[in-house]
Amino acid sequence: MPMAGLVLVVAFVLLALLGPLVTGDPAAQDYLATLAPPSGAHPMGTDDLGRDAFARIAHGAQVSLQAGVLSTLLAMVVGIPIGLVAGFYRRWLDPIVMRLVDVTLAFPFLVFAVGLAAIIGPSLKGVVLALGFSQLPAIIRITRGEVLAVREMDYVAAAIADGAGDGHIIFRYVLPNCASPLIVQATVAIPAAIIGEATLSFLGLGVQPPTPSWGVMLTTAQQYLSDAPWLAIWPGLMIALATLGFNLLGDGLRDVLDPRSHR
Amino acid sequence: MILRIDNLVKHYGPVRAVDGLSLEIGEGEVLGLVGESGSGKSTVGKCVLRLTEPTAGTIELGGRDITHLSRRAMRPLRRDVHMVFQDPFSSLNPRFTIERIVAEPLLRHKVTDRREVAGRVAAMLEKVGLRQEMRKRFPHELSGGQRQRVGLARALILEPKLVVADEPVSALDVSVQASVLNLITDLQRDMGFSCLFITHDLSVVEFLADRIAVMYLGKIVESGPTAEIFAGPRHPYTQALLSAAPVADPARQRERRRIVLGGDVPSPMDPPSGCRFHTRCPLAYDECRTSEPLLNDPRGSGHPAACHLVTADRVPDAAK
Ligand SMILES: Nc1ncnc2c1ncn2[C@@H]1O[C@H](COP(=O)(O)OP(=O)(O)OP(=O)(O)O)[C@@H](O)[C@H]1O
Ligand code: SF4
Ligand SMILES: [Mg+2]
Repeated sequence: MPMAGLVLVVAFVLLALLGPLVTGDPAAQDYLATLAPPSGAHPMGTDDLGRDAFARIAHGAQVSLQAGVLSTLLAMVVGIPIGLVAGFYRRWLDPIVMRLVDVTLAFPFLVFAVGLAAIIGPSLKGVVLALGFSQLPAIIRITRGEVLAVREMDYVAAAIADGAGDGHIIFRYVLPNCASPLIVQATVAIPAAIIGEATLSFLGLGVQPPTPSWGVMLTTAQQYLSDAPWLAIWPGLMIALATLGFNLLGDGLRDVLDPRSHR
Repeated sequence: MILRIDNLVKHYGPVRAVDGLSLEIGEGEVLGLVGESGSGKSTVGKCVLRLTEPTAGTIELGGRDITHLSRRAMRPLRRDVHMVFQDPFSSLNPRFTIERIVAEPLLRHKVTDRREVAGRVAAMLEKVGLRQEMRKRFPHELSGGQRQRVGLARALILEPKLVVADEPVSALDVSVQASVLNLITDLQRDMGFSCLFITHDLSVVEFLADRIAVMYLGKIVESGPTAEIFAGPRHPYTQALLSAAPVADPARQRERRRIVLGGDVPSPMDPPSGCRFHTRCPLAYDECRTSEPLLNDPRGSGHPAACHLVTADRVPDAAK
């Protein structure tokens, strides 16, 4: 199953990177074929404006990939240092950070993201920021929890006895030994952000038409569910497959990266 | 004196892990610190390395008071003292190669010339009996005994004056315990470092330690030269520990009477009043419950014990 996950993820990334090169302009309209079912000319059919659904799916994959990866990166870049410092020093910063994390974690991820997106304003940048900040509490909490466990290990005591300073211990001992759960978390965070982007865009809080996004496509498809069901099926299927891929990959990585399985 | 601990106290919240402990270790001397699980042995070791903050008392390393040195001020002194840990699995950084683990103390003390580091690591690995091809391996590829050798190499590479060995063989298979113990003995003779050797098993230190200190619930109850402790233990607790330890000589083994201690070790959160050992001591009497016996050495022979029954002309016998 992890292999299937890897295949799905690679296919998704290839679609996002190469798809837009082979498909035509996602905004090109074919007035002779509006709401056309899948055919040779339009393998996934067309929408109400006669735009090729396959081109829009491929360009949408790019938006999804950006939203998923950039927001997760943002959360990691900001969250990991906070979790490291809070967990390692456990002084004044720790209780403040943990209180904030507890409060924000009380909101479901999407509710929090929707609220933030509404404040930041609708755009891809807004989506990345909103999703990134929504992932932040989870990243901080995971990092801090790992740090708390790792800093009690004898090899950290040995590092102090070696004469190592805090910076060296944090970067060469603590962080590398916290990496596995964070990598696994990324495989959970990216698909969550992909769904998040689609949701925000579907609600009109994210990527704005005419930019193709799977969420925007679903918004359109809604009005033509009975006449052109493929318009909803393709983006829905893509979202499902991409998230499934990341989740399967994450399960596989969890097994590979678990240090216990090395022994 | 390489190490002088005076009236050390370490409380973890309500837990009185170490509760007024003094000991000294001279140059090239090996002191065996013996006690049951939970008696506070590791805590003493961690205080000496300043891995944990002492609550009270003083620790002098090579004549210098290190009790309240900051992390930064302590760092240069770490050349002189290192530690071998009990658990061979958690004491080595899983992300470092063996070579890197052993090189770390050099690198942290500004020995950075690549050729010198590689040479000293290779020589040290040879000394602890690890083949050179181990250098590129990771800890999880090694056996427990091999890992303890790596830990030993790391502790010794800077040629420290003092090594704290915290039950370095107790987590190992019985079959490899002896070889690691012999290695430590040989290295100690060869390099001449002083050693605080922590163990729960008296027989482990019989041929290694010059002196032995017996710990019970955070305090030392008896200390003295190893031969004297084995031949004439004074404190009822030491007598009980010895009676439980196996002896090599079958004739002696047969004539010994085993002293069975009743009850569990009391909680260090609430140590018994008076003599801390009175809840389990077969010789306990009224005074033991109210007044605490101090370490005393009535014959002035460097063999003090903390028991009311130890006097200049009498030593208690818990086996009677
Ligand atoms: N970090 C800590 N926080 C709280 N209590 C602790 C801590 N470390 C040790 N203790 C407690 O202090 C007491 C002494 O522990 P210590 O590890 O020094 O004993 P020990 O003699 O080394 O025992 P063992 O043979 O089990 O290693 C125990 O009751 C232990 O539970
Ligand atoms: S003082 Fe009393 S209880 Fe303590 S060891 Fe001596 S006889 Fe036993
Ligand atoms: Mg211990």
